[in-house]
Amino acid sequence: MKLISDKKPAFPWFGMDIGGTLVKLVYFEPVDITAEEEQEEVENLKSIRRYLTSNVAYGKTGVRDVHLELRNLTMCGRTGNLHFIRFPTQGMHRFIEMGSEKNFSSLHTTLCATGGGAYKFENDFRSIADLELLKLDELDCLIRGLLFVDHVGFNGHPECYYFQNPSDTQNCVKRPCTLDNPFPMLLVNIGSGVSILAVYSQDNYKRVTGTSLGGGTFLGLCCLLTGCETFEEALEMASKGDSTNVDKLVKDIYGGDYERFGLQGSAVASSFGHMMCKEKRDSISKEDLARATLVTITNNIGSIARMCAVNEKIERVVFVGNFLRINTVSTKLLAYAMDFWSKGQLRALFLEHEGYFGAVGALMELLKASEEL
Amino acid sequence: MAEGARVDSVTAHAAHTMDKSITLPPDEIFRNLENAKRFAIDIGGSLTKLAYYSTVQHKVAKVRSFDHTAKEHGDRLYDIAVQEEVTARLHFIKFENAYIETCLDFIKDHLVNTDTKVIKATGGGAHKFKELIEKKLGLKVDKEDEMTCLIKGCNFVLRNIPHEAFVYTKHADSEFRFQNTHPDIFPYLLVNIGSGVSIVKVESEDKFERIGGSSIGGGTFWGLGALLTKTKRFDELLQLASKGQHTNVDMLVKDIYGGSYGSLGLTGDLIASSFGKSATADKEFSQGDMAKSLLHMISNDIGQLACLYAKLHNLSRVYFGGFFIRGHPVTMHTITYSINYFTKGEVQALFLRHEGYLGAIGAFLKGAEEDNPNQYSWGENYAGSSGLMSVSPDMNPMQRSRSGTFDMLEMDRLERQLVKLPLLQDPSSYIPDTMDLTEDALAREYWLYCFEDALDGVVKRAVASQPEAPEAQERAEKFRQKYRHKLQTLRNQPFAYGSLTVRSLLDTREHCLNEFNFPDPYSKIKQRENDVALKYYLKAVKALDVLQWEERQFALVTGVLAGNVFDWGAKAVSDVLESDPEFGFEEAKRQLEERPWLVDSYDQWFARLKGPPHKCALFFVDNSGVDIILGVMPFVRELLSRGTEVVLASNSSPALNDVTNSELQILTERIAAMDPIVQGGLRDERLLLVQSGSSSPCLDLSRLDKVLATVVRERNTDLVIIEGMGRAIHTNYYAMLSCESLKMAVIKNSWLANRLGGKLFSVVFKYEVPAGRRERPVSSIL
Repeated sequence: MKLISDKKPAFPWFGMDIGGTLVKLVYFEPVDITAEEEQEEVENLKSIRRYLTSNVAYGKTGVRDVHLELRNLTMCGRTGNLHFIRFPTQGMHRFIEMGSEKNFSSLHTTLCATGGGAYKFENDFRSIADLELLKLDELDCLIRGLLFVDHVGFNGHPECYYFQNPSDTQNCVKRPCTLDNPFPMLLVNIGSGVSILAVYSQDNYKRVTGTSLGGGTFLGLCCLLTGCETFEEALEMASKGDSTNVDKLVKDIYGGDYERFGLQGSAVASSFGHMMCKEKRDSISKEDLARATLVTITNNIGSIARMCAVNEKIERVVFVGNFLRINTVSTKLLAYAMDFWSKGQLRALFLEHEGYFGAVGALMELLKASEEL
Repeated sequence: MAEGARVDSVTAHAAHTMDKSITLPPDEIFRNLENAKRFAIDIGGSLTKLAYYSTVQHKVAKVRSFDHTAKEHGDRLYDIAVQEEVTARLHFIKFENAYIETCLDFIKDHLVNTDTKVIKATGGGAHKFKELIEKKLGLKVDKEDEMTCLIKGCNFVLRNIPHEAFVYTKHADSEFRFQNTHPDIFPYLLVNIGSGVSIVKVESEDKFERIGGSSIGGGTFWGLGALLTKTKRFDELLQLASKGQHTNVDMLVKDIYGGSYGSLGLTGDLIASSFGKSATADKEFSQGDMAKSLLHMISNDIGQLACLYAKLHNLSRVYFGGFFIRGHPVTMHTITYSINYFTKGEVQALFLRHEGYLGAIGAFLKGAEEDNPNQYSWGENYAGSSGLMSVSPDMNPMQRSRSGTFDMLEMDRLERQLVKLPLLQDPSSYIPDTMDLTEDALAREYWLYCFEDALDGVVKRAVASQPEAPEAQERAEKFRQKYRHKLQTLRNQPFAYGSLTVRSLLDTREHCLNEFNFPDPYSKIKQRENDVALKYYLKAVKALDVLQWEERQFALVTGVLAGNVFDWGAKAVSDVLESDPEFGFEEAKRQLEERPWLVDSYDQWFARLKGPPHKCALFFVDNSGVDIILGVMPFVRELLSRGTEVVLASNSSPALNDVTNSELQILTERIAAMDPIVQGGLRDERLLLVQSGSSSPCLDLSRLDKVLATVVRERNTDLVIIEGMGRAIHTNYYAMLSCESLKMAVIKNSWLANRLGGKLFSVVFKYEVPAGRRERPVSSIL
């Protein structure tokens, strides 16, 4: 009895991914706690569990994505619910201070962290909260977490989906699918920036390239152009705008299709191209600008991803990352771009837990690390 | 220049009516308009490029042999007649859209040729100005596809303008590193960055394909820049960007990681997320910082896409163009940086000197297809072309304001088609010029001074060559001004016409002389010297014939070298010649350096002579007079006697006192009349006189007359002799040939002699056998 429990890491089980913009935290809430365990559980631990599971918002900016919760999950021989929590990286210092106030270090748990912040904030964790981080590579975690969540599924449903009829806005519908045989896949992780990986197996992958035009660029430009403050606000505006007031289309230049090169009149010739002109600048709305920013960034990512897929000879392109959260404009646009430019050769796949795979991967490392003790 | 004349595409309509009052010296811009035909126009967002074909009437000096049965011409060998000759020239003029109306009016007033009915048009602005053009010029506007024109223009400049393409290095001594045009220009990738980006793969003259593109281009920079800052003009946005700090706006890898992301090799300074720091409402960002961040974002993105396409299609030559690039150091730098980063240096970003003209050139070529312009070779007329200007924001305002003026490019149709010498060991790495004055600041200073210093003498010589023309003095003054101005330009912008070299300085002078109708300032001197030298020919030959074989070989070499001292192009010599016309051949021999010479492989040459004769020798000759007649001809005669065929290559048109092909024809006939060996050579076609295709005192072995190349191939030429400072030292000193070669020259410039470790009248005698062939002569003896 004692032997088995020794192999398991002590609660609480956390996995953390500290990105450039957002911190992603996954928390495993055991639901199979025995009465004996309950008695032994220190007050501190109880209060953490209660605090995290009974709230959906933490402070001003922390959010629990309740709809993503994975229920009755078995991990490392325990059953429980996996909670998905995020807050802005700007709040990281406040978070560390809280860890210090709550005397988190007394719990003797290992805090597994990935993302750049694991390196950047390592000293702060140590000096302020007396916590030692187990730093993990973000791409390793991303792939491990992704494969795990896809494997366990989303509360009985598939984790993965695609869009049927991506070229037909009327009949474009989201369809679940499985990643039964996921390799090779081109994994496009859209966070603040973008990383593109060619994944051949869980342990065999390479970073093909990346681009600095990512989610951070969308939000950063939107804030400057429209005065908005949050991703949600920016997306809300974008959903109401019309990018063709901002972008110069092929037909704006050629009066129709540019047949010599097979370019449709409706294709964007120059993103923000109309904005060279004062009259046009005076006539557009903030919503139009937000939409154009979103479309520009999304199309560019699609274009680079497609080129990489062709260069790497991979047909399955999986898009993840928090840029895609509540962002059907982008997911549909990516699905369309992959399908259209590859003439149906490439399929864009998406995952429900968009930006949390790194954090899940970090949690798995915690469990794995203690197994190996 | 009118203030505020710079306009963007949007305000162009309003502005072109506003600027009617500008005063231009249009006759200096729209030159030769009276003979103009075949117009083409490329109207872009802010600049208009006009192209037309015209003919230029030149004075040319022709030599004519006398009928020597009649004795009335005294001792003179031939007569010089100045004739008018008509040559073809392409004119390209670039100006701001604001000037369109004024320019069209001027053209209308001066257009004489009534055959012209259409004007080919391309560019985004062509439809906007269609009516205006048709109304003003009475010509029908015929639209041509933009991309097709661009590619046609690109092929044309790559094929006809050496040093068209360059690599940009911001922090190097010379920002521009010109590329030698690869003999085969295809395949290549053209990345055209206009408002959007088009990526075109060009496989041959007529085969090209748009393989991709991006909507993030110049329009995105301009449009977003205008939204984010108070600056609304493209140029000014670039200037603003060049002063900004992008790290205040961009999220770097170190902002996320606290340092680098070592395991992936991502350095801390790498941009992780463009504008990643601006996602906040409570901070103001500087306009320059935002513009800089935008510039990086767009340049990196384009560079990345270009690399992905280059990789996919396995192409290593990638040219960048479009208004985003157009000579802007800022964007050339960021694109270059991006390409270096994404390809790890495997692909170089290449830019073009005449990038702005590609569309107009292409549209023109489309309209001129019946004249088949691509069957000719063309050359840039330095006298009439503005050259590349730096638009670096660091440059002084006087130079920057040039973007509001007129820029010109003139291309002369060459009489003969030019091809590379088939005997170059590696044509793709061949560089004619020995010294690149663009990179060598000390040498540049010296040579610019030297040419400036020699200007008085050249002017004097030019005037003296036309005693019968009373206005020669005035023309010569104009020449002086023009050439001095060119020198001044080159002092400030050494890269204006590609790499600055002694050759380009000499060629520019020849172009300027031609411009003011001094086709051959040395014609009279050459005539006199040829006359004098001919009288000594037999005597010289007899003196050689009495020598033992061994002595004779050495005497022949020193004869060529001593003859080469007679060069009006070299100031040290022209001073002596000017004061003492009787300066003798024997005295020249005495002036020569004693052996061992500065470069001395005479022993190897002599050993080689003991072996079997060469099959055929190609001899690039230099000066007229003593040089060709008493130096070269006896040497040739010896080669003929050995059983070696000889091809004498001389200039097609005059340059300094270099012997021209037509002069050489007459000289050789006269020598043949005295000398049975030369006569036999001519009769049996074992001695051939061919044109080099050049009109330069230097020699570019990659641009030679096609006939010459054919002869060289047919005759299995196995020895190339290059004589003289211009051809064997300033150029071709390091040229590697696939057969034996002999470079002979006397250094008649003390600065250059010093540079090479010698002194005035040092001798270069460089005999080379290509690696791997060294053993052949010996084995063939056996």
